[in-house]
Order: sequence, then C-alpha cells, then structure tokens
Amino acid sequence: MNSIAPIQNTRSAPVATKQIRFNARSFVAFALAPEAPLSAWFDGLDRWTENSPGFFAGRPVVLNLNHITLHAEEVIDLVDGLADRGIRVFAIEANGIDDLGPDLPPILTGARKIEVEEQKAPRQPAGPPANTNEQAPARAAEARTLIIDTPIRSGQSVFHPHGDVIVLGSVGSGSEIIAGGSVHIYGTLRGRAFAGVMGNPDARIFCQKNEAELLAVDGWYRTADDMEPSSRGRAIQAFLDNEVIWVSALE
Amino acid sequence: MGKVVVVTSGKGGVGKTTSTAALGAALAQTGKRVALVDFDVGLRNLDLIMGAERRVVFDLVNVTQGVAKLSQALIRDKRVDTLFLLPASQTRDKDALTEEGVAEVIGALREKFDYVFCDSPAGIERGAQLAMRHADDAVIVTNPEVSSVRDSDRIIGLLDSRTLKAERGESVNKHVLVTRFDAARAARGEMLSIDDVLEILSTPLLGIIPENQGVLRASNVGSPVTLSEPTNAAARAYMDAAKRLEGEDLPVVLPFQRQGFLDRLFGRRAA
Repeated sequence: MNSIAPIQNTRSAPVATKQIRFNARSFVAFALAPEAPLSAWFDGLDRWTENSPGFFAGRPVVLNLNHITLHAEEVIDLVDGLADRGIRVFAIEANGIDDLGPDLPPILTGARKIEVEEQKAPRQPAGPPANTNEQAPARAAEARTLIIDTPIRSGQSVFHPHGDVIVLGSVGSGSEIIAGGSVHIYGTLRGRAFAGVMGNPDARIFCQKNEAELLAVDGWYRTADDMEPSSRGRAIQAFLDNEVIWVSALE
Repeated sequence: MGKVVVVTSGKGGVGKTTSTAALGAALAQTGKRVALVDFDVGLRNLDLIMGAERRVVFDLVNVTQGVAKLSQALIRDKRVDTLFLLPASQTRDKDALTEEGVAEVIGALREKFDYVFCDSPAGIERGAQLAMRHADDAVIVTNPEVSSVRDSDRIIGLLDSRTLKAERGESVNKHVLVTRFDAARAARGEMLSIDDVLEILSTPLLGIIPENQGVLRASNVGSPVTLSEPTNAAARAYMDAAKRLEGEDLPVVLPFQRQGFLDRLFGRRAA
C-alpha cells in the first residue's frame, strides 16, 4: 500500500450521533457539539456550510453542550445563531442542567440509558466516550447495503444512515453520498463522500478514481485542497487512523 | 404520434436556442413536420433567431390560458413550410404557465407534428422543469468547460427524476450536444476534451458543433444556420446531429482546425 502523508486536520462540525427512543421509536439526529470560543466555532461552521449549503436543511439537530459550560443567555445566543444559519435545534443535551426555561428547546437526559441495545452491550469501564460501542449493535441490526447502479448527478444527495453505499457509476461534482457505513464507488468520485456519519471510525471510502471535493469519515474530513496531488486521479481508499484521515492508493 | 424533444442545459448562453432552431430546421428540410416551442417565457429569443419576431400575435401563454387557439399562435416558417414556431410571451413570467396548460398544448402538438422541440429556459427552476416535463428525448447542450458540464450533469439528474417518463419508471433518451468546440484550444488543453465531457456526463454524444462565425451571423439575420449557410461546418455538424436524432448511425468526427490538425481527426461512434 502506497501511503500518502496525512495532514493533521481540525475537527469539523462534528457529525456525531445520538439515538433517541420515545415509545419504542428511535430517531437519528445530527449532534452539534460547540466548542469554546464560540465565535471561532461559528466561523468553522460557516466555512463548513458554505461548502455544503443545505447540509442541515430539514435535518434534525441536537445540541450537545456536555463539553462546554455556558450560561442560559449564552445558550439562547447560540440557538439564535444557529437559527440564523437555518439550523433548527430540536433538543439540547447538557450534563448537569435540568431546565433551560421555556424559550429553549427541551433538555435531553439519559438518552443513552434508554437504549435497549446499550444495556445488552458490555459496559465500557469509564474510558473513552466510545459512542462506537454503543452504536455497534444497533448498526448490526439495521445495516443494509444500498446499491446504486446509475451515476449520481450534480445536486443529488444520497443519505443512507445505516449500512454501506455502493455506487456502480460516477459521483458527480456537487453531489454527495452520506453513509452510516463505508462508501464504495466503482466510477470516478468528483463529489463529496461521507462514511461512518453515525459515528463509525472504522468506515472507509473506496473509489476507482479520486477527484473528490471532500472525503469524510466519522465527522473528520479532508477537502480536495488538503489532499496530496499524488492521490488525485487514482484508485484510493480513505480511512481514519488516530483522528487523521489517510488517503492511500489502492494496489 | 410525434416525438417531444427538450433542448436544455442548465447553464445559460451555451446555445440552446441556436441549437433548437438549427436542429429543427434541419429536420424540417428533410420533410418532417417540426414545431419549435419557446419555453423561455419573459426572455423569448427563438422568434428572433427564426426571424419571425414581426409575425408574433399570440404566444404559448395565450394558448395555455385558452385566449388563443393553437392554430392561431403557430407561425409557419417562410423558408421551410413544414417548420412552425410557437413563441413565448415576452411580457409575462414563467408562473404564467400551468402544468395542465402545458400538458394540453404539448399533447395537441404531438398529434400534429413529427417533432416537437421545447427550447428550455436556463436554470433548473419551474420554467426549465415544465419544458422537460413531457419530453421523450432530451438534447443536453454543453460547452466544453467545467461549469457548463457540471450544470448539464445537474440537468441530467432532473431529467431522470422530474419528467413524466421518469415518474412512470421509464427514461428519457438523453443526448449530449457539445457546442462552441474549438479544436485548437482543446488540443492546447484550454478546453475540456470531448472524452472528458462524455466521461463526466456518461451520456451518448449527439454531435460536436465547432465554434464558428457563421452561427452568430445566422442569428443576426434571423435564420437557423442550417438554412442560411448550409455548407458551413457548424451547419453540417447540426445536420449530422439531426440525422442521429432520427436514429441514423453516423460516426461523430471531431471538427478540425486548418492543416496540421488533420492528424487529430479521428472517428468516434455515436452511441
């Protein structure tokens, strides 16, 4: 395998995951975890949405405030700031806060504890955040491969939250494939590919010819600008190792 | 029953109207009954290109709204008597067209003509989607440059999802028509090559129209280039494309530029 030197990446707007269960119905949401300082975080978010306009449109978003301490007013500003960007927060997750008042989205507590799958899974000793372990059983139960035998045209978006996506044609510039599992493209990838979006760092992206605008695994991404020129136009795989996306030639 | 062909591109200024006029006139010259329908309501151009702007009384919007009969609005070409134009309205906007009205007009034209060409407005909005709605075939006009090709890719996605054929689970026959191709510039790498364009769009090629002064000259005198300068290289390329649209299996030849580029001449099969 012909490795291409990695470039240390900053964390993108995290596309982590949260499984919520109400009356035996589970929903999948994108969790946004703002980091201090908020202005810098918003700048990063703006850069992201500039490249992916409409990425959050119509998608349920949960605000994860577990890693940041904010006053109620700051939370209001944060939610307003997101609303200005067209991102509607439908719930907030924040350890140690019980209520933020009626003007803010409701607090989600104990979301993980009501996951049946997690109770069956061996509990991790207080270690890494390990959302992969929590997700694994759910994925195994629901994973299904989506096979697409037509080209993906510019402007099209394929969202397959559980399982792999296999595309037999090419993926056009300005289109995106978003998969809970791995992404396999047997034509040229000219658009954007997101693997492991529900929190799976083991997911990978494979393509016959790499002309990608962006490659992302488990919320970590690399844009075309950050890719080694030597990886362009070749058969490659992209995978995550130690929170760094590696793009390596196949064969 | 005639065939409905939408001429579309996504991007503006690539030659949709010029190509509609040239292909329609070429087919009409072979004796086919051809109607050209201008869907660019608010920014009509096809009447000018056809040299019929002084004879427009009623337009597409009038017909869809029942103000005029189809036979009153159709303008017969003075040069080829099987060629007709249904102009767009210049004073209205695209919201003046209704889905039912368009369905009725296209249905009626399909009865009377062998070919109904729908000249789409630029963009991917309502006007463009109405123009492609009833298409059996689509001619996707593309210039050999990246923005035009990406917009065409987007339009092909819409042709595969928003047309009646697509909704019935069938598919529109799609053809790529590369216009304003400059062999010398392509050879210098200043333009996308035909192979690049076809690889990105993965759609069969209908023809390659060379960049040519005659096309602009024809527009200015209000005549399709296939009528006013039939020996011109661009006109011949349009005539060949029209034959391929008829199902003829003609090899596509790269237009060449003076001597020295002769060796770049090579045959190519139209799919």
